[in-house]
Amino acid sequence: MELHDVWFVLIAVLWTGYFFLEGFDFGVGILTKLLARNRPERRVLINTIGPVWDGNEVWLLTAGGATFAAFPDWYATLFSGFYLPLLVILVCLIVRGVAFEYRAKRPEENWQRNWETAIFWTSLIPAFLWGVAFGNIVWGVKIDRHFEYVGSVWDLLNPYALLGGLVTLTLFTFHGAVFTALKTVGDIRVRARKLALRVGLVTAVVALGFLLWTQAHSGDGKSLVALVVAVAALAAALVANQFGREGWAFALSGVTIVAAVAMLFLSLFPNVMPSTLNGDWSLTVTNASSSPYTLKIMTWLAAIATPLVLLYQGWTYWVFRKRIGTQHIAPDAAAGAAH
Amino acid sequence: MDLALAPETLARWQFGITTVYHFLFVPLTISLAALTAGLQTAWVRTEKEKYLRATKFWGKLFLINIAMGVVTGIVQEFQFGMNWSDYSRFVGDIFGAPLAFEALIAFFFESTFIGLWIFGWDKLPKKIHLACIWMVSIGTILSAYFILAANSWMQHPVGYKINKAKGRAELTDFWAVLTQNTALSQAFHTLSAAFLTGGAFMVGIAAYHLARKKHIREMKTSLRLGLVTVVIAGLLTAISGDTLGKVMFKQQPMKMAAAEALWDGQKPAPFSIFAYGDVERGHNTVAIEIPGLLSFLADDDFTSYVPGINDVNKAEQQKFGPGDYRPNIPVAFWGFRWMIGFGMSSFALGLAGLWLTRKKFMLPQHLRVGEDEVPHLVLFKNKALSPKLTPWYWRIATWTLAFPLIANSWGWIFTEMGRQPWVVYGVLQTRHAVSPGVSQGEVLTSMIVLTSLYAILAVVEVKLLAKYVKAGPPELTEADLNPPTKIGGDTRDADKPMAFSY
Repeated sequence: MELHDVWFVLIAVLWTGYFFLEGFDFGVGILTKLLARNRPERRVLINTIGPVWDGNEVWLLTAGGATFAAFPDWYATLFSGFYLPLLVILVCLIVRGVAFEYRAKRPEENWQRNWETAIFWTSLIPAFLWGVAFGNIVWGVKIDRHFEYVGSVWDLLNPYALLGGLVTLTLFTFHGAVFTALKTVGDIRVRARKLALRVGLVTAVVALGFLLWTQAHSGDGKSLVALVVAVAALAAALVANQFGREGWAFALSGVTIVAAVAMLFLSLFPNVMPSTLNGDWSLTVTNASSSPYTLKIMTWLAAIATPLVLLYQGWTYWVFRKRIGTQHIAPDAAAGAAH
Repeated sequence: MDLALAPETLARWQFGITTVYHFLFVPLTISLAALTAGLQTAWVRTEKEKYLRATKFWGKLFLINIAMGVVTGIVQEFQFGMNWSDYSRFVGDIFGAPLAFEALIAFFFESTFIGLWIFGWDKLPKKIHLACIWMVSIGTILSAYFILAANSWMQHPVGYKINKAKGRAELTDFWAVLTQNTALSQAFHTLSAAFLTGGAFMVGIAAYHLARKKHIREMKTSLRLGLVTVVIAGLLTAISGDTLGKVMFKQQPMKMAAAEALWDGQKPAPFSIFAYGDVERGHNTVAIEIPGLLSFLADDDFTSYVPGINDVNKAEQQKFGPGDYRPNIPVAFWGFRWMIGFGMSSFALGLAGLWLTRKKFMLPQHLRVGEDEVPHLVLFKNKALSPKLTPWYWRIATWTLAFPLIANSWGWIFTEMGRQPWVVYGVLQTRHAVSPGVSQGEVLTSMIVLTSLYAILAVVEVKLLAKYVKAGPPELTEADLNPPTKIGGDTRDADKPMAFSY
């Protein structure tokens, strides 16, 4: 396996980590409107992801930075080509981060409700747009001989990509509902489980459709295995959820995400961004990658840093392993006066 | 196409606006993380409540800042690809590596431990919780270092070769990129300026409260900590600025000549305090100068030769072909002066404050009425003058809180605009760096969207800061004073309300 192949795998791993982790915190953000009935409940939801969402988001920054360093041409084509959708995602991520941090910094109900609305939309929109972006990456876009994207923003909103957007949106919401059931106690936990079933069934339908379409378009034997794993894990997650085995349900919804992302990257390889205009103009792991020297340094970095990151991020989840419920929200805090 | 709205111009404006805005939060984040960590260390060691209250107060202001620093940082990473894709293609092999290092080593560190710090007050034993804020502080400094190494490569490219077949620059020596003197002196200068910023912020806010005779105990501590920080950091900023300047004279003579509005080379060269010139004809019409000082700044020798703008322009035309290699000279000249002027005024104020609040003058026994007496700054132990001058010191200190922020901004504007027309000095020109496939409308849209969003958030941020500044240090609760002794919190209060969270 050559270094550029290693880096293709590592970037797939970074995106997988991002979707696994920020997937559930996007989901929880969406549930603030779908599940929570009042302010203490919304605050419980936000607190389940409070200590970790920031660390989760760094997976995106790392995926971006690693793509820049390992596949500069991929980074350049992707980011300049998907300009407006990325701008929307950027705006969402800015507002979302600020919303989490500023929401409880004033006690007024209006202030908090506005930030909660912001959290809902800024979780929902990127959850959808990342699917659209990946749909386009896998399917291929109009790339010319200079590796420039020459399509318009409307070309990006094709049926396949939009279906991909629905998959990430529903899958992340499901993942978030299962996470909420795992992390809470009381009434909210019971309702999260019920909601997880409904969202999970919808997810199963759209995900199956999208993955089969992908398989038919650009799949091979390996991607078929990943597809089967993804679908089986989703079904198993639904079963575990029904039996109240929340830890299993969350692990399995995680496996669904891992397998689905793996399937996308497997059907992409050895391309990183196919051209729909001419196959010779596609960006591949060889023509888009950095020099062997840069890749070697980056490999050393990844080999040393990644285990450490996993270790201390894992530790965070362990420190905050307790379930929380409305009784853990102090009355004054529910009104907003976090000190 | 109208040049004023050309994608290159818009992309440059967007980069300038988003970078200067991002950099309002970065220095405060870097310094407040360390200062908060210092205060929390004092609490853990002495168990004095004033330190815990001060920790929570400055910690809150730090969190309000870092939230903005983090989210505006995402824009920085994205816009290289969005607006500057040809730059990314050309230098990704080199420039991407420090960015990836920053993400993997520094960002993960910072963001994970900040979550632990915010939510860990009632989940972690004292010392482990303290370690978390130190981890955040280390993360912020590492992050700054990698970014400054990347920027230094743009100022002075090293450790690379040009691959003609691929049409790009390729890395040959990563260690050289991380440790070249430009990176070291730039990091030294930027980090000390960051601490000058945080120190002045602390002094300004402490002065505000002291003027109102509120929260005396915490604010006296903060004032002293802030003043010491300002003085040490100010000194280091000046020293590192001189070092960086000497490096720049060698590596980017054009930038320094522009900073001095020195049109023609001179031996010895004077330092110009004020200059008004004619850019088209290439000379100054008015100038106030100190003879020989510029030679000294450039070379540690009052008599050495310093090349001027016209000389360097000619040399670069011979080397790189016809063209105008001069940056915007008024911006470079005034940016350089404003950076030094605003930075050094804060330093002077800190020096004055530290001298005026020496232990024997701070709160003389005979002037002290109660425990919470406002400290008068007794000038020369002059009882008549002191009560008049003290309020003025508090006022000036509050007003000058933002001076280092202004200095930082001009410092970056000078550094980045002084390098023009190059994006990578001597290697790649800015006009060849923009995204060819991105339309004027797209860049304009994103500039309008981001600028308006930033403007709204600035208002929200400042209001929130003002609210928490005015509120002062929080009252402590039982839970604050008795942190858990084991990780994950104590089992006996499993149903205890969460003390410190969103």
